[in-house]
Amino acid sequence: MEVSRLPVSASTRGKLISAGYTSFSSLSNFSPSELAIAVKIPEKEADEILKLATHDGKSDNTKGTQAVVSGGQTAWDMLKEDEGLRCITTSCAALDKILGGGINCKEVTEIGGVPGIGKTQLGIQLAINVQIPHEHGGLAAKAIYIDTEGSFMVERVLQIAAACLSEYYELPRRGSNANQPNRQPQDLLENIYYFRVCSYTEQIAAINYLGKFIKEHKEVKIVIVDSITFHFRQDFENMALRTRLLSELALKLMKVANEFKLAVVLLNQVTTKYSEGSVHLTLALGDSWSHASTNRIILHWNANERYAYIDKSPTLQSSSAPYAVTGKGIRDSVSDHKRAKLM
Amino acid sequence: MANRVISEMGLPKSISNVFAARNLITAKDVLSLTEFDLMELLDIGLSEVVSAIAHISEITCPPYQTALSLWKQHSQTENHPSFLPTHLNGLDAALCGGIPNGVLTEVVGPAGIGKTQFCLKLSLLASLPKTYGGLCGKVIYIDVESKFSSKRLIEIGFNSFPELFRMKGMAEEMAGRIVVLQPESLSEFTESLQQIKVLLLQQQVKLLIVDSMTALVSGEYEQGHSRQNQLGWHISFIKSLAELSQIPVVLTNQVRSQSFDQISRYSFEDPTRSDSHLVAALGINWAHAVTIRLVLEAISGQRYIKVAKSPISPPLAFPFIVSASGILLLSDDGREMAGPQVNTIRHQGHSAIMHSMQEDCHQSD
Repeated sequence: MEVSRLPVSASTRGKLISAGYTSFSSLSNFSPSELAIAVKIPEKEADEILKLATHDGKSDNTKGTQAVVSGGQTAWDMLKEDEGLRCITTSCAALDKILGGGINCKEVTEIGGVPGIGKTQLGIQLAINVQIPHEHGGLAAKAIYIDTEGSFMVERVLQIAAACLSEYYELPRRGSNANQPNRQPQDLLENIYYFRVCSYTEQIAAINYLGKFIKEHKEVKIVIVDSITFHFRQDFENMALRTRLLSELALKLMKVANEFKLAVVLLNQVTTKYSEGSVHLTLALGDSWSHASTNRIILHWNANERYAYIDKSPTLQSSSAPYAVTGKGIRDSVSDHKRAKLM
Repeated sequence: MANRVISEMGLPKSISNVFAARNLITAKDVLSLTEFDLMELLDIGLSEVVSAIAHISEITCPPYQTALSLWKQHSQTENHPSFLPTHLNGLDAALCGGIPNGVLTEVVGPAGIGKTQFCLKLSLLASLPKTYGGLCGKVIYIDVESKFSSKRLIEIGFNSFPELFRMKGMAEEMAGRIVVLQPESLSEFTESLQQIKVLLLQQQVKLLIVDSMTALVSGEYEQGHSRQNQLGWHISFIKSLAELSQIPVVLTNQVRSQSFDQISRYSFEDPTRSDSHLVAALGINWAHAVTIRLVLEAISGQRYIKVAKSPISPPLAFPFIVSASGILLLSDDGREMAGPQVNTIRHQGHSAIMHSMQEDCHQSD
């Protein structure tokens, strides 16, 4: 390992290298005080450098009881872990089916579509559905809703919550849960943590802060960002900066999804793109952003029905399914029901 | 809070001095850089940078609310409701009360369909006393196209609320509550928006109307792309205005004919099919920004008002006429629309009239 890769400040690194210490092995025999004198840095810093250097060296060869490289995980372990995870239903059977059960935890799912297609509706529905109790196949968890657009309407959340309650909770309960008090729609509202961010800086800050927040609120199992796009589309002149900030955000969100085993749902807008002489629609934020999410779902109109189309996914087949936005929230498309009955 | 100053965030003195020395003053400056950039720029170690970023992020991040507390806030303000009733019963029912506070509502439609009439009626309603179902507040009406007619306003008032307007001095008082601004250019508009921000907080303003957003930019920019960028700042500013002051904001948007290239604009898979003849003049970026979109259109002589985008209402269409008292719904039961029909804007233009004139000519021959 090279000293130039140590995470210390540039000047300290410069001192080390100019004193001739370029690799970790050349540092290995030093005590902190010796190093401090040799490189002319405070003893405290020297101690830190040595800790970093030895820690790094050790982790390379000794930590491998299960995995060869530290931080790694075998595919088998991952499979075991993933089997224990549950999906968050979308309340639309056809959509759940093509998604393999619903929105997956530990994954970043991007959902895009034209204005008015129901992106926010789906976001709200998921924030409610994550709270479905275990006995009904849910996660009994909480949700974080990061609203960048101000389109979160709490009256609508209440409607969807009430509909969800009447469907899931009033089914006859099994066994001991029967004496549990009835839940009110307001109770579901209490489990949604709502952040209203008003600029891209706040958006970055909120996402940086997520890790800490979730540590304090461990029940959170879904993070919804509605929309990831909004602030990055307004007055942004430096496109290189935008791309860099966005890819960093994507990395952080993936990290959060993995670390806390929760689902991250990013809503995205669409934009017109000019290529080969014609204008067509595409999800906003450009080509490099399209790599950022694990799954990509596009919502679109097909004749008179709303369809969801899986555009990108490492595990799912690309297919599409109709859905409907009703007073109760996201539901199966009516004509799909009819078709099913006919068959 | 993006412009929060780093030095007041309670970072360790030594660290905050380093930030100041490198001219990183606000949270925006810092959070636009990567950890690695910061290490290089500030000449400090990774652990310090990470903890500083975490600290700055935590402070810059807006505080959270539960949806419940949000709902309580909304429902507690009983005496000033969270919406402006339009007095069009069907529409009010569909929108759960009226034009909601705190978000943008867009009215889009072809020329002469009744957009301005709708806005005039709304501004009147907001200024009415509470006993008549109004908000008893001031209205700021940004009239870009110089279409505001105070005469028509009073006329609508007399016809809709005759008892009130026959009272002496009432018409004067009502009309006196409506402040009309007529900016001539985008920069003037920008300026007045900034003034309005202050005004909204001090005065009892209950409604903001911009008629129309399109006229501000269509003259100055021809390319669609620069037009969108030009409005980028305004979109977020008006949104924040609405939210900050919790008043309804109504904006009108014109239409333009759809160029052949853009036929596929509302469908990803099916570029050949298209029913619509007109599209909203401000592009898709704008369409994403508004929370409620009302489309006014005419189909074979009958005018319809459609709830094209709304988080609450299903897509409904109501037939309406423009009468002496403003817009009137012919039926309070909306017809539910299916599919992308909600977004089409139909208008037969002048062809019907032209056609009949032609026939007249033939007859006289």
